[in-house]
Amino acid sequence: MSTATPLLPPADWRDFLALTKPRVMTLVVFTGLCGMLAAPVGIHPVLGFTAILCIALGAGAAGALNQWYEADIDAIMRRTQKRPLPAGRMDRQSALHFGVGLASFSVILMFVAVNWTAAAILAVSILFYVLIYTVWLKRRTPQNIVIGGAAGAFPPLIGWAAATNQVALLPFLMFMLVFLWTPPHFWALALFVKTDYANAGVPMLPVVAGERVTRTQIGLYTIPMAVAAVLPWPLGLTGAVYGWTASITTAVFALFAAQVALRQTGAEDRMTPEKRLFSYSILYLFVIFGALVADRWLLAGGSA
Amino acid sequence: MTPDEQDLVRRRQRSRAIVMAVLLFAFVLLVFGISIAKIQAGMPH
Repeated sequence: MSTATPLLPPADWRDFLALTKPRVMTLVVFTGLCGMLAAPVGIHPVLGFTAILCIALGAGAAGALNQWYEADIDAIMRRTQKRPLPAGRMDRQSALHFGVGLASFSVILMFVAVNWTAAAILAVSILFYVLIYTVWLKRRTPQNIVIGGAAGAFPPLIGWAAATNQVALLPFLMFMLVFLWTPPHFWALALFVKTDYANAGVPMLPVVAGERVTRTQIGLYTIPMAVAAVLPWPLGLTGAVYGWTASITTAVFALFAAQVALRQTGAEDRMTPEKRLFSYSILYLFVIFGALVADRWLLAGGSA
Repeated sequence: MTPDEQDLVRRRQRSRAIVMAVLLFAFVLLVFGISIAKIQAGMPH
């Protein structure tokens, strides 16, 4: 079965670390931690740490399996050419074994140390990212990141489930927020790295449907995202700290998204509003989840 | 395999072995911590 691949020296441990996409993991760990800290019941610090570790390892495993499957398109895109597989620093089988091993380990550890609900959602999120997004949708439809975005939306749900062994409306709304945040976030990126995706044959929306449609979709997805972000406040699930923070930061998000949605660009455009929306969207998620935790703690402090 | 390549392979094997040893030690500590936490909480497993 093996083709004429040159024999590689054993990969460096740093390359295994790079397979886990540590930068993407930051946001996953943060939203998972916030989901856990926003839960109404506490969790033993060691078990909480274990749950977050499992979320991080699960996300790392999903990233490794994604890179194993996408080595061919990673080799074409400038942004991903230096990853361990396309750069020829690791053989594909090592990446596959590492990804499957890490995924199994994270789910089993979550089940044994924390609870079965969190373990089941973690398993679903890894399978969703690898099978539904990477294998099935990414190369087939421009809606790839809409459905695939659900994989990245699971961590707050897992964090909450780790603390409570169940799911509730608030973490579900947090799931919806990340799910609906993903399209404007990624399409803003896709607007300014369009040629990279086009060269690799990935049917990102700007490549397949054009810039105008993408801009409209960014605007349209921002509306339900804003509803999911603010809704916990009127529903009485959070207090005013979260409510005001979510309202203000979401209004700024909507403003930046509207600028992108209504804009027309020329040939030499520097795509400043698109880059601004992309950068702000990352900050936005950090702030809104931080506010959720701050709100929970202030409420708990006030009622104690 | 040239001596340089052999050297590279040894270096990689050595660094991977050290990382694995550190990770296994951390895992032992984690399992110990989990056990203590569960005993304190009176959990079944």
